[in-house]
Amino acid sequence: MNPAPSTAGGDQARGLLEAREVSVLFGQTPALRAATMSVASGEILAVMGPSGSGKSTLLHCLAGILTPNSGEVHFAGRRIDTMSEGERSALRRDQFGFVFQFGQLVPELSAEENVALPLLLAGVRRAEALERARSWFDRLDLDGLQGRRCGELSGGQAQRIALARGLVGRPSVLFADEPTGSLDSLAGEQVMELLVASARDHQTTVVLVTHDPRVAAYADHEIIVRDGAVAFTARTPA
Amino acid sequence: MSVPLTLLGLLEREPSHGYDLKREYDTFFGRGKPLPFGQVYATLSRLARDGSVVAAEAEPGAGPDRKRYVITEQGVSEIETWLTEPVAAEPHLQTVLFVKVVLALMSGRPAERYLDTQRAEHMRRMRELTELRRGGSLVDALLADHGLFHLEADLRWIDLTTARLDALAREVGR
Ligand SMILES: Nc1ncnc2c1ncn2[C@@H]1O[C@H](COP(=O)(O)OP(=O)(O)O)[C@@H](O)[C@H]1O
Ligand SMILES: [Mg+2]
Repeated sequence: MNPAPSTAGGDQARGLLEAREVSVLFGQTPALRAATMSVASGEILAVMGPSGSGKSTLLHCLAGILTPNSGEVHFAGRRIDTMSEGERSALRRDQFGFVFQFGQLVPELSAEENVALPLLLAGVRRAEALERARSWFDRLDLDGLQGRRCGELSGGQAQRIALARGLVGRPSVLFADEPTGSLDSLAGEQVMELLVASARDHQTTVVLVTHDPRVAAYADHEIIVRDGAVAFTARTPA
Repeated sequence: MSVPLTLLGLLEREPSHGYDLKREYDTFFGRGKPLPFGQVYATLSRLARDGSVVAAEAEPGAGPDRKRYVITEQGVSEIETWLTEPVAAEPHLQTVLFVKVVLALMSGRPAERYLDTQRAEHMRRMRELTELRRGGSLVDALLADHGLFHLEADLRWIDLTTARLDALAREVGR
């Protein structure tokens, strides 16, 4: 809904979104150990690594869903891990979009209501929200499905609806966690094509968690998470 | 596969006779295709001519088998350079990559870093092919797909090997 915030100073140059030595414990189990990484504005970054290595946990920290036990998370020059829950939820609503492995559409709502949901939650009037939602159906090759419920959609269609829902608020950052994980390769490809094309059109920054190299190959760069730490960054130094 | 560099890598561990080198080579890298003696000695004399090894006359008597070969500084740096460089991201590179990983583990070099560098090279090539298939015709897309599937298979092998480095190090360790 908001344009990407502009920040003064060096933070933007270092990264729109940054994790600095972020550690997370689940009980006794360390899920992240001093993970450090950054995403530049407009960049599509793939977060790769074996299953259980901490990719989703890292995404949740970057998105302000999870508060790390130690370390810092910065977005657009602001430290977000120390924000109140209210501030963080406003940030998620206004600046971030999400797509997960299983679309997690609301079964009681129609496809277009699902897409409109982030706008409705942000207080946009219903007529306007639905109109903006509908404009995505053509772009994501979903025409004719506006009135369907999730049960009446194929996996690929449901995932494209979820993508539309992630993008409808024009987020600065789209967080995608294994967005094609439940799809066959043809449907997965279509989702990735549309995700990348939409992100490029709107200069949306994307954090793409995937263990699949074919999916990661749509990104500009990749990092590898191993045992809760960023093991490798294939990035030409700035 | 690069026989000269592989022999150099084996020589780096300790000075050896041609016969021992052949045996080690066959054990680790031969896979049922033993290296002919003639090739071992021809390779060693070329390496000696180029200054990568020197032949030390260890025992009296004639014949190539009496010579012990010692790697030179230049030879070490050739190995170093070769191990550090990723292999071109083309299908069927496992043999070379496997040799590099084993030699790196034998000499206590960072095999994981080499695999990561290789992985990055593969990802770079996959991005190129993905870009190609996005912009191109269906024919381009199908050709790119073929390359992508091969690279993906390599990457699986690289990932699995990375996950098994500790076990592999124990197996090839002396
Ligand atoms: N809510 C949770 N409670 C307890 N352990 C968790 C929780 N979420 C993740 N973990 C553990 O943390 C580690 C990292 O998990 P995750 O970030 O989901 O890995 P990935 O996304 O790379 O598969 C794993 O060992 C996982 O079992
Ligand atoms: Mg995960």
